[in-house]
Amino acid sequence: MRTLLALLLALLLAEPALAVNPDEVLADPVLEARARDISAELRCLVCQNESIDESNADLAREIRLIVRERLLAGDSDTQVIQYLVDRYGEYVLLKPVFAPHTLILWTAAPIVLLIGVGAIVLAARRKRATAAPEAAELTADEQRALDELDSGKA
Amino acid sequence: MAIELGHFALILAFAIAAASAVSGLWAWNRSDRIGLVLRQGAVLQFLLVAAAFAALIQAFVTSDFSLAIAWQHSHSAQPLLFKITSVWGNHEGSMVLWVLILVAMGAAVAMFGGALPDELRTLVLSIQSLLAAAFTGFTLFTSNPFARLSPAPFEGQELNPILQDIGLAVHPPLLYAGYVGFSVCFSFAIAALISGRIDAAWARWVRPWTLVSWIFLTLGIAMGSYWAYYELGWGGWWFWDPVENASFMPWLAGTALLHSALVMEKRNALKIWTIFLAIITFSLSLLGTFMVRSGILTSVHTFAADPTRGLVILALLAALIGGAFALFAFRASALRQGGLFAPISREGSLILNNLFLAAATAAVLTGTLYPLILDALTGRTISVGEPFFALTFGSIMAPLLVVLPFGPFLAWKRGDLIAVTQRLAGAAGAAVFVTILVFALSGASISLAPLGLLLGFWVGFGAIAELIDRAGFGRMAIGLSMRRLIGLPRSAFSTALAHFGLGVTVIGIVTATAWQLELVTTMQPGTSKPLGIYSITFEGIDERAGENFAAETGRFVVTAPDGSTRRFAPERRVYPASGMPTTEAWIETYGFSQLYLQLGEDAVDGSHVVRAWYKPYVTLIWLGPLLMAAAGMLSLSDRRLRVGAPRPAAAKAAPAQ
Repeated sequence: MRTLLALLLALLLAEPALAVNPDEVLADPVLEARARDISAELRCLVCQNESIDESNADLAREIRLIVRERLLAGDSDTQVIQYLVDRYGEYVLLKPVFAPHTLILWTAAPIVLLIGVGAIVLAARRKRATAAPEAAELTADEQRALDELDSGKA
Repeated sequence: MAIELGHFALILAFAIAAASAVSGLWAWNRSDRIGLVLRQGAVLQFLLVAAAFAALIQAFVTSDFSLAIAWQHSHSAQPLLFKITSVWGNHEGSMVLWVLILVAMGAAVAMFGGALPDELRTLVLSIQSLLAAAFTGFTLFTSNPFARLSPAPFEGQELNPILQDIGLAVHPPLLYAGYVGFSVCFSFAIAALISGRIDAAWARWVRPWTLVSWIFLTLGIAMGSYWAYYELGWGGWWFWDPVENASFMPWLAGTALLHSALVMEKRNALKIWTIFLAIITFSLSLLGTFMVRSGILTSVHTFAADPTRGLVILALLAALIGGAFALFAFRASALRQGGLFAPISREGSLILNNLFLAAATAAVLTGTLYPLILDALTGRTISVGEPFFALTFGSIMAPLLVVLPFGPFLAWKRGDLIAVTQRLAGAAGAAVFVTILVFALSGASISLAPLGLLLGFWVGFGAIAELIDRAGFGRMAIGLSMRRLIGLPRSAFSTALAHFGLGVTVIGIVTATAWQLELVTTMQPGTSKPLGIYSITFEGIDERAGENFAAETGRFVVTAPDGSTRRFAPERRVYPASGMPTTEAWIETYGFSQLYLQLGEDAVDGSHVVRAWYKPYVTLIWLGPLLMAAAGMLSLSDRRLRVGAPRPAAAKAAPAQ
């Protein structure tokens, strides 16, 4: 039983590594930190909504290695990202670029906010306009009642 | 036999629901007796769907693999708990659970809604029945859970090992209860639109339902987040995955609804907006449940999707949501607005809350759907992930957190902002002081973290300040203000507790993100490595056999700075039935912080990859939602909701003949 178990484990656990591996880590901690920050912005193309930093897919590992390679070659962060966009397309970016085809994406929430503010201001104005006459005058009866109260019966 | 009975029960429930919906909508103001019919119908629907669900459970527990979904998603070697949870660990079974909760809500309205006006209750039950008919119909005709296999297979395939966790027992039922609970608010909203009648009593009825659903949804999301945290193996707790977003949007909208219903109940204002939010919230819930099922979104949560089913779902959603909004556009003007207030007032602050929550919902919605729409229209593929959401969602939530503590301080109708600012100065000062203190002690680098932390403390202290202020501490004798504090209505405590919980979550998010320590390394048995102030010793590897898996277990000892030691046993498992490997991280909690250890693959030289994280104050992330849910329960127990709308007591006194 024990040998069977060991065999099973040996066979089935020959699985791809999970996320960043020790052998990938760069010696220079500053460069490594930059690599990690860049990795968090890049999509693992074959995964579901995972960054390459989190993914254990082979492709993610490959891109992680490219990122580090480029950093070692002296690229800036933007150059590294541009290099990958050139190779894999803008799909690789987890934060889409601001461009005509993403205009609605980036502006939708601010527009909702603005429309909301506009609607509130408009509603407040309309309300004030309708509310004003009500508050303007007291009827003769009301005035008399008020005077009675004022004249010290309370 | 039991399975066919279950199937029949579900068909019967469908028929009753359809009949109730049609007759109720036709006769709600034409007949006195229709109310009784619908109430009995609602209870019957519940009993029948419960019977259908019980039949499924029975088949899974006894490993009856002649049931197709039991064969696909269960295995005789699974522990009993996971046999039961397998029932809803698949599309068909989870539909039955969904419908079961839906009809349970309907039955609850029928049984406990005795004090509701007859016509309103009849309309609400009609809409509930309509929803039940739509989704039992969908289940029966496109996703029949009762399909049989012949000849019956000897052994089942297995439930996805990642789902073999206590999380599956808790997370989906909680989440569904939250989603589906909003159906009642939706039905109330539609009923108000149809009858054209809506008043403060309506809001008083809707608020407890909103609260209950919101509590379930809060707990469900928090539970799901913690499950992902410990299961997926690297300590992430929120991924902005489409399905997570889908559960988060109803939560945001539901939170807005909770606040706007408050304005309606207290001041009889914001009626149209509240109705609109009730419709939006449930629409987002439907989107949350079914967008993933339609196959237009892929994610870890997606159960096998087929195109016809997807089309039916989309058509169903379009009909329900579109119909509701058409009715809204058509009838909303019939509702009378009331309750005037100045811009600076409690009402005004709640409107501001709604504005920001609506914008945040919009940010999440566009981020989730835009890539799909762009792809469909132009064929361009883009990704929208965590960095996008962090930026857009974050920049909308930040101002909301800034203004949040002011809200509860402002008076209804007309508030005094300057006076409130003075009363909040203490909280602001405390927040600034504590933030500076934390940063001085931790010596963190310059980033957005101090701002986030400041916001968290501001919201938390602001909530406490409100209680202190209302009790009058500092303005009168301590004993007197203590008595005043105890005498405060529960709603005051629930507001403070919920806002305090939000602050706690924000603090947890900031600290766990900004000060996380990570160790990715290879270790030989018998060696030690430091992680911050902790020392991790790797002793070796054991092998063990579980009920339905085989595992490699690491033996680790972690020494804390005070010299105390704790044993860690992270695992790598294989499930032979499906051949799937999983990693089981080991987590130990130190105070509010956690140490997270994960065992990686082994190298030829006998060393192992080890990943360890120190996550400072990470538990606050989930403690916050727990506090919020507790606040919700506290609010539910408040007197004015317990008592509810006045009961027509005189009716009982009618002489018996």
